[in-house]
Amino acid sequence: MSIRGKAYVAGIAEHPVRKATDLSIMQIVSDLVTWALDDAGLEPEMVDGFFCDSEMPGLGVLSAAEYLGLNNLVHMDNTDPGGSAYPMHVSHAAQAIATGKCKVAVAVLAGRPRAAGKGADPVPDFGIPELAFEHPYSSMVLNQYAMVAMRHMHEFGLTSEQLAWVKVAASHHAQHNEHAMLRDLVTVEDVVNSPMISDPLHRLDCCVVSDGGGAVVVVAPEIAKTLKRPPVVVRGAGEAVKHLDGGRVDLTYSAARKSGQVAFEEAGVTPADIKYASIYDSFTITVVQQLEDLGFCEPGKGGAFVADGNLIAGVGKLPVNTDGGGLCSNHPNNRGGMTKVLEAVRQLRGEAHPKVQVPNCDLAVAQAMGGWLGSRHASGTLILERE
Amino acid sequence: MTTELPTLPNPEITPSVAHFWEAAGEGKLDIRHCRSCNELHHYPRSFCPFCYSDDLDWQTVSGKGTVYSFSVMRRAPVPFAIAYVTLEEGPTILSHIVRIDLDDIAIGQKVQVAFADTQDDGPKVPVFEAAS
Repeated sequence: MSIRGKAYVAGIAEHPVRKATDLSIMQIVSDLVTWALDDAGLEPEMVDGFFCDSEMPGLGVLSAAEYLGLNNLVHMDNTDPGGSAYPMHVSHAAQAIATGKCKVAVAVLAGRPRAAGKGADPVPDFGIPELAFEHPYSSMVLNQYAMVAMRHMHEFGLTSEQLAWVKVAASHHAQHNEHAMLRDLVTVEDVVNSPMISDPLHRLDCCVVSDGGGAVVVVAPEIAKTLKRPPVVVRGAGEAVKHLDGGRVDLTYSAARKSGQVAFEEAGVTPADIKYASIYDSFTITVVQQLEDLGFCEPGKGGAFVADGNLIAGVGKLPVNTDGGGLCSNHPNNRGGMTKVLEAVRQLRGEAHPKVQVPNCDLAVAQAMGGWLGSRHASGTLILERE
Repeated sequence: MTTELPTLPNPEITPSVAHFWEAAGEGKLDIRHCRSCNELHHYPRSFCPFCYSDDLDWQTVSGKGTVYSFSVMRRAPVPFAIAYVTLEEGPTILSHIVRIDLDDIAIGQKVQVAFADTQDDGPKVPVFEAAS
């Protein structure tokens, strides 16, 4: 059984806030759900499926369901492998709809780490089995991704200048996004001359820390037919986990290799068919690694692929993160997967900013990574189509 | 700048694999070994993640290895080098490269184990320095 063609993305919302000093998380949630349902043209009474991550205040969906006054939920899901959760939420919503478990599912992400002054790393919990062997060495998000970049440079000749092009492309897109945190154009020189944070990653190789979030409404085909928005159908999805495997460490590929293979197979398309790609950009290396693993280029050739503006809309072969991505626009609650889904939907609807809208954009991928690329991480791949 | 032997954060010992730190306190790097499939694994578990046997013992390894990857945390109050080191005996383990010029670390470099103190009178933990 496949989810291909079994569910539609009917509504989306992205919160414009980037520093939520005066907003609670639940205010962000209610804004997002209100806007996403308005966008879809649906009423809260119709929501019967609810999806959120485990950082939602309250036990899973419980506090949010009560705050939102949702009385008709018959399906819920707190799948949470970090930033990769949100393409999975859409996929799981499609699965639930395909099997008749619900008809109108809402997935929401919200958080305010910036206002709260929180970092990107979780608070250590010594129930986590690997922690005693990693905490003494100050293993964290930043240096875990950096070690992948370092190995990539060693194995394949990736350069800092090539990595910088990922940020340059994001800045070209972010200049057109009025809500983006960083709207100034940057050059390769700006990136490689910014302070070295964790070799080989410079400050401008790193994404922003922002508050806010996003929401997406996934509905059954018979409901999608009644709505006025351009229909965006779920065509395929995949998910996978990769870890240190008891010490058999290989940093040259990620879980996206498997999740991508599964998603493309289900969708019956290839990377060459994709018109627009949302690729999680926690760091510049994250994009290079996922593009290789999804098959947009050969393994080890990601650096050459992203160089010379190849990810810039209207310039390169594969427009990526036309909202400015996590590198320039938004990385709400340190989780980039939701905004990846949202910009893919905008592109498919033809509602991206005119300066970055991909012509005839009928097939898009939303790809996200959660956890630590250099150790244990998950990958969620979602392929969406404009009908 | 050549770094000192650091005092690292306390690992907070997991009782089921406390032997790892007891050995470290005696200057030995002990890696979990499965007597059923003969594989080594790290970090240590109370069963073998490869064959699911619980017939395990510990193997004291040579402490020699090569740098698989690393990153120098330049903005830390005291810059340090985190690294994956592939042991001669097979498994790759997360650690630090210490007592070294941070600009001289390279992938493929030969290293050998040393042991660093941890905060709050915690157990010693393995780190690596350039092989002599």
